[in-house]
Amino acid sequence: MFHIYCPHCGEYREEEEFHAAGQAHIARPLDPEACSDKEWGEYMFFRKNPRGIHHELWVHAAGCRKFFNMTRDTQTYEIKEVYKIGEQPTVVAQSAAK
Amino acid sequence: MQHYSGFGLFKHSLSHHENWQRAWRNPTPKKKYDVIIVGGGGHGLATAYYLAKQFGVTNVAVIEKGYLGGGNTARNTTIVRSNYLWDEAAHLYEHAMKLWEGLSQDLNYNVMFSQRGVLNLGHTLQDMRDIERRVNANRLNGIDGEVLDAKQVQELVPHMDCSANTRYPVMGASWQPRAGVARHDAVAWGFARGADAHGVDLIQQTEVTDLIIEDGTITGVKTNRYGEIKADRVGCVVAGNSSVLANMAGFELPLESHPLQALVSEPIKPILDTVVMSNHVHGYVSQSDKGDLVIGAGIDGYNGYGQRGSYPTIEHTVQAIVELFPIFSRVRMNRQWGGIVDTCPDACPIISDTPVKNLFFNCGWGTGGFKATPGSGNVFAASLAKGEMHELAKPFSMFRFHNGALIDEHGAAGVAH
Ligand SMILES: Cc1cc2nc3c(=O)[nH]c(=O)nc-3n(C[C@H](O)[C@H](O)[C@H](O)COP(=O)(O)OP(=O)(O)OC[C@H]3O[C@@H](n4cnc5c(N)ncnc54)[C@H](O)[C@@H]3O)c2cc1C
Ligand SMILES: [Zn+2]
Repeated sequence: MFHIYCPHCGEYREEEEFHAAGQAHIARPLDPEACSDKEWGEYMFFRKNPRGIHHELWVHAAGCRKFFNMTRDTQTYEIKEVYKIGEQPTVVAQSAAK
Repeated sequence: MQHYSGFGLFKHSLSHHENWQRAWRNPTPKKKYDVIIVGGGGHGLATAYYLAKQFGVTNVAVIEKGYLGGGNTARNTTIVRSNYLWDEAAHLYEHAMKLWEGLSQDLNYNVMFSQRGVLNLGHTLQDMRDIERRVNANRLNGIDGEVLDAKQVQELVPHMDCSANTRYPVMGASWQPRAGVARHDAVAWGFARGADAHGVDLIQQTEVTDLIIEDGTITGVKTNRYGEIKADRVGCVVAGNSSVLANMAGFELPLESHPLQALVSEPIKPILDTVVMSNHVHGYVSQSDKGDLVIGAGIDGYNGYGQRGSYPTIEHTVQAIVELFPIFSRVRMNRQWGGIVDTCPDACPIISDTPVKNLFFNCGWGTGGFKATPGSGNVFAASLAKGEMHELAKPFSMFRFHNGALIDEHGAAGVAH
């Protein structure tokens, strides 16, 4: 059971109050009409699925209902950090850092 | 290969069963193969078997990082059915169903395929409309199915609470009588033994650590134990680890890996002779031949490579089962475990060529690929043998996420996620 720190409430709460909403930092193309089918398909369906460090979007569904980001290791399940939307993660995967 | 029979059993009993032939060899790999299959789960082993037996490609290796059938194949709740909604999926799963029906004979190995029927319950008017639509679609495709009302469901499963007093009363169900369960380990072992007998090398305890690609064409794999092994064609069938392998090849797949867990209870007397699934309250249960209740439900809500699964999911699963079967409320659960399933945005698999020449992927089966094991192996073997996708596999190309030809099976896949 995760114990998750909500950066909006400023408190640790149990996993059950939260809902994971998939990969973080997915920018909607500014001009969708100009996208090729491949670009649009990738925006819609292709998500990072790393065995290791992952940046995720979470919502404090049964609490303040606000969204925030989380850096988590998908192998050890360790939560490395939580940070607000608009902020950048401080923990990044080695391969991504290169 | 030693033939298994009643007479053989009797003969070997005279020597206290100490002289049975080993089911498969434990060979050192050759330098080069016609085809390498990465992943020794049910799908990979079935692929190897049909490649050798049906398509005459016998210079084949299956490379498995753990032991044969130790992935999702050994961890699933063993439900087999073919009542999917869309033609593409229905045809693929029905192809598998037909192979299941003769599998024990074909393999000379008892996979304990039991056509005890599967019920998919409906708890809302919308559920019932979806069920009617799906059963009609199935029947147009020549796949057996019936729509049952609550009374008929109660007759089939007398111990389930089909009264109007529950939170989500059972309004009816779809019923596929030919569906059922199969012994998951036996499926892997049967295919392994059959493949080995046709000359396929089964290489266990060997992890593929990289794919060797020259000028956009795959030429072999790197392993942690035997270094480089060459191949003309490579098929990756690694379920939850598909994205990891795709990244080695330099492309991405639209997959997310999630833990999916199951539980079994202490063995109890026979009480349930069919399979009960509910998408709405989201739980499914059957009773194994040795008496334990086999229970499963949803995936964890977040990505994970831990073969374990989270506590909240167990709670939701058990809630659903106890709601349906109050009589199970005091049955003790014996064991719980998880697998890693690779879920696809449209809840359908990917059986596909890739941006890399001679490299093929068979993955994305998510929470429901066990039922497809023989069919998946069969169409993938045909594709690997010819270097061109089998007709039934074509709609499941990875490129459908670029051209928009998705096969949206969330309803019939029975997944609430
Ligand atoms: C709890 C649970 C319940 C389920 N219930 C059902 C059900 O009732 N009905 C149904 O139809 N389906 C069910 N499924 C889904 C089903 O189990 C899978 O879709 C199916 O088993 C996939 O088979 P596979 O052979 O592709 O994968 P696996 O059996 O997972 O085999 C993949 C193999 O690849 C190996 N591998 C991975 N990476 C490497 C590498 N780098 N090098 C070498 N080898 C590697 C792994 O060790 C593994 O053995 C369930 C799954 C789970 C987890
Ligand atoms: Zn909050």
